Amino acid sequence: MSSSGEIELIKLQEVADLPYNWSAGKYGSKFLRSLRDEKRFWGTRCPQCGKVYFPPREVCGPCFAHIDEWVELSTEGTLTAFSVVNFPFIDPELGEKRPVPYTFGYIQLDGCDTAMSHFVNEHDHTKLWRGMRVKAVFKEDGQRVGNMQDVLYFEIKENQ
Amino acid sequence: MDVAILGVAQTKYDGKKEDYNYAELVYEVTTQALEDAGMTIDEIDNIVTVSNDFWDGRTISCMGVQDACGAAYGEGKNVSTVEGDGTFGILYGAMRTLSGSYSTTLVVSHSKGSEGNSRMITNAMFDYIYQRPLGLDAISSSALQAREYMNRYGVTEEDCAYVSVKNRKQAMQNPYAHLGMDLSIDDVLNSRPLADPIKLHDASPVSDGAAAVVLGNRVVANKKGRKPVWLKGIGYCSDAHFLGDRCLAEAPALQKASHKAYEMADINNPTEDIDVVELYDAFSYMELMWLEEMGFCSKGDGKKLTRRGVTAMDGELPVNPSGGVISSHAVLVAGMARVIECALQIRGEAEGRQVKHAKTALAHGINGPCAQSHCVMVLSE
Amino acid sequence: MGQRVAAVGFGQTYHRSRRDDVNGIELIGEAVRSALEDAELTLDDIDAVVIGNMDHFEAVNYMDNWSVDGTGAFMKPVFKVTTGGTTGTTVGIAGYHHVASEMFDVVLAIGWEKNSESDTTGAIITCSDPIFDRFSFSGALPGLAVEASAYMKQYGVKEEDAARVAVRDRRHGALNPYSHLQSEITTEDVLNSTMLSYPVKLLDICPRTDGAAAVIFAGEKKAKRISPRPAWIMGTSVRHANCYFGDIDYTANDSLKYATRELFGNVGIKEPLKELDLVELYQPYTFAGLKWMEYMGICGPGESPQLVWDGVTDLGGELPFNPSGGVLCTNCIGATGMLRIGEAAMQIQGKAGARQVEDANLALATGFGGTFWTDMMLLSSRPW
Repeated sequence: MSSSGEIELIKLQEVADLPYNWSAGKYGSKFLRSLRDEKRFWGTRCPQCGKVYFPPREVCGPCFAHIDEWVELSTEGTLTAFSVVNFPFIDPELGEKRPVPYTFGYIQLDGCDTAMSHFVNEHDHTKLWRGMRVKAVFKEDGQRVGNMQDVLYFEIKENQ
Repeated sequence: MDVAILGVAQTKYDGKKEDYNYAELVYEVTTQALEDAGMTIDEIDNIVTVSNDFWDGRTISCMGVQDACGAAYGEGKNVSTVEGDGTFGILYGAMRTLSGSYSTTLVVSHSKGSEGNSRMITNAMFDYIYQRPLGLDAISSSALQAREYMNRYGVTEEDCAYVSVKNRKQAMQNPYAHLGMDLSIDDVLNSRPLADPIKLHDASPVSDGAAAVVLGNRVVANKKGRKPVWLKGIGYCSDAHFLGDRCLAEAPALQKASHKAYEMADINNPTEDIDVVELYDAFSYMELMWLEEMGFCSKGDGKKLTRRGVTAMDGELPVNPSGGVISSHAVLVAGMARVIECALQIRGEAEGRQVKHAKTALAHGINGPCAQSHCVMVLSE
Repeated sequence: MGQRVAAVGFGQTYHRSRRDDVNGIELIGEAVRSALEDAELTLDDIDAVVIGNMDHFEAVNYMDNWSVDGTGAFMKPVFKVTTGGTTGTTVGIAGYHHVASEMFDVVLAIGWEKNSESDTTGAIITCSDPIFDRFSFSGALPGLAVEASAYMKQYGVKEEDAARVAVRDRRHGALNPYSHLQSEITTEDVLNSTMLSYPVKLLDICPRTDGAAAVIFAGEKKAKRISPRPAWIMGTSVRHANCYFGDIDYTANDSLKYATRELFGNVGIKEPLKELDLVELYQPYTFAGLKWMEYMGICGPGESPQLVWDGVTDLGGELPFNPSGGVLCTNCIGATGMLRIGEAAMQIQGKAGARQVEDANLALATGFGGTFWTDMMLLSSRPW
């Protein structure tokens, strides 16, 4: 007991490092290979409702239909949601703080019915709005490895 | 109990299913189970998924399977998620059918153990103040249990090896099994020690896989025309958590669970009334221990049943015709695989490993450290 | 087939931002003892336990096994149900099926979360798909910000309208001794609070809480013996569609729409504003307290701000929302949905003290989480 009469409450701290090795699956792998090798985006189209999905997937949920049609998507799209993140936090994948501020956004690529989430290179929220046109900026040849960060960020297209 | 299994499906169990992400495995077994039941997704009233965030490496990992299991179909279906062995998922699916809310329930489980570190994932099941820092995991904790059981009842490593030999050989008849192999007792005894007394061939592998069952009430079962397999009795129970609070050589939770299942299913003499058993032998010693606790023989006599061939395919009480968990262990899925094997046996569809006159079967699943929690199901035609 | 089920007891902890004085198991134990006391039962009366939380928050695997000392599940049947933010209601719904199936007569359903022990942000980020989303995922805020701004634009709704929702919930919370946040606020306080992502400000969203809640469900015969006024479960509905956050249409809330349609359709509710007596809405932020009322058919599109300003949703109004103070006052994620069910049950049982709604006969409890998922449970003073 401390001199003030308070009980000392003990806490145990641990940083857990849990390694994982996730399979992207056949559909995800095709997307990532194409991104790495050709800087091209692909989505999958449901044969019943015609909806085009990113990330590419085998099943259309609402139709419960098997999908095997691939549709190339544009590397440009529309910003449908965004948030300029100001509070620092530890990225659970890296174990380090994500540098702030950064802008996280949902981008609906032309040709796609769902949105891709990624970083946007504008951090002033007064200069961002839903509906802006954005374009993917890729890592250089030789630097892309087949993951989503082969796209560095989306940049705002000029004259909007 | 008016709930029956109308459709089943499982993937082949493998060490690494790298071509598939877990949603794709779920889609495969969902479509196959529906086909097996002769149903379309429209006829499924609700869904129970079974998964575990630690094994999947994802919080709310069930999010990943909503499209694949049919939960997003049309305007969406009622769905829930059990985190625990597949037997608990089927049990909850049975509750949802028996409650009268739904006449059909799809239960689907998945696990890709190859994607994570099973030692760390199972280390995380222990309380973090007193047990986790010791580095306990599924293997080392089960080794403690094995040693206590063996000491108390005079069971030797050789007695346990008989289980490994029987089940792995039997797995060669099961096209879904991960590790079918023809071992000798010496092969088991000389295999690499993992955590004494458990050696490599005393232990199940960590497999990737998925499985699904379609449950239906009596009205649907009668309409569907396929041979329904009825859930006659279900019992489940949890022991204490701290290993030091338990006597690891005993499994009172399994006793209680099996008694409840027997009572519901009108089983008075398990050895006589049950034709085939699929129990959760994550380690070789477990088959001996569970047989005893479920009343098939006295404590310590499980080894006699095995040595005498009573639990072999051509014995009086075949145990694990599928090859058991020691041959295929997709965590969480494995309990469901036990139920599926029982269903196939009762239907007469267990090609290459059919037990004759299999009318009543027992399926068993476990959850938690040293099988803290057990679920027992009695199924029959 | 099946038996009627009622909620007959409810217990919760005194919710705080940190409960350093207890470990998770003890926290659960508090809620369990509180529920047993409320129902005047002992552990011997409990046939089975069902429990949920969000695994990575407390970093405990197979939590249902770990927590038996606190849940009372030692040598009893127990399993875990977990679905993210909707966990509390999912567990409550599981409790219902445990009893309705006639497998058990008295079941304890528990939800809990010890947020202070976790890296909450880190854990939430891991709910995103690891291949495509996780590297950039930054939580729910962008989606909520879109929902709010699109709604404002479409109907001319103002930030003050949303602020009035917070004022209402905080006022109710001040009457609830268990609530985490217990002080009233003004619309100015909300409007002046830090802008997180336009138009969502700090006081528009929920806090992070350590807490546990437990509800006891019983079958018809036992329920009538245990409680003079059981809260009967009339129906439930769940919609957990959407696998990816990029799939969500933030200008709609289909899961809420379809879940409502099913529940109200099954039970026969045509005019919810008239027929319901209270709603405990899982309302993660203020704008949901406006827009989602419209999806539930309580009023037409764009009409909810007027209802809120007129006091219709205040205690004493025609349809009080969140008499407990709701999620804006207390958010112990795995328990939050359970609190909605427990509070709704308490109201029907007439045990809600200073926050009692008069003539509480039909109460709706909802859950929310993940990729805009919805759970619902309807409770009534009359069995059906």
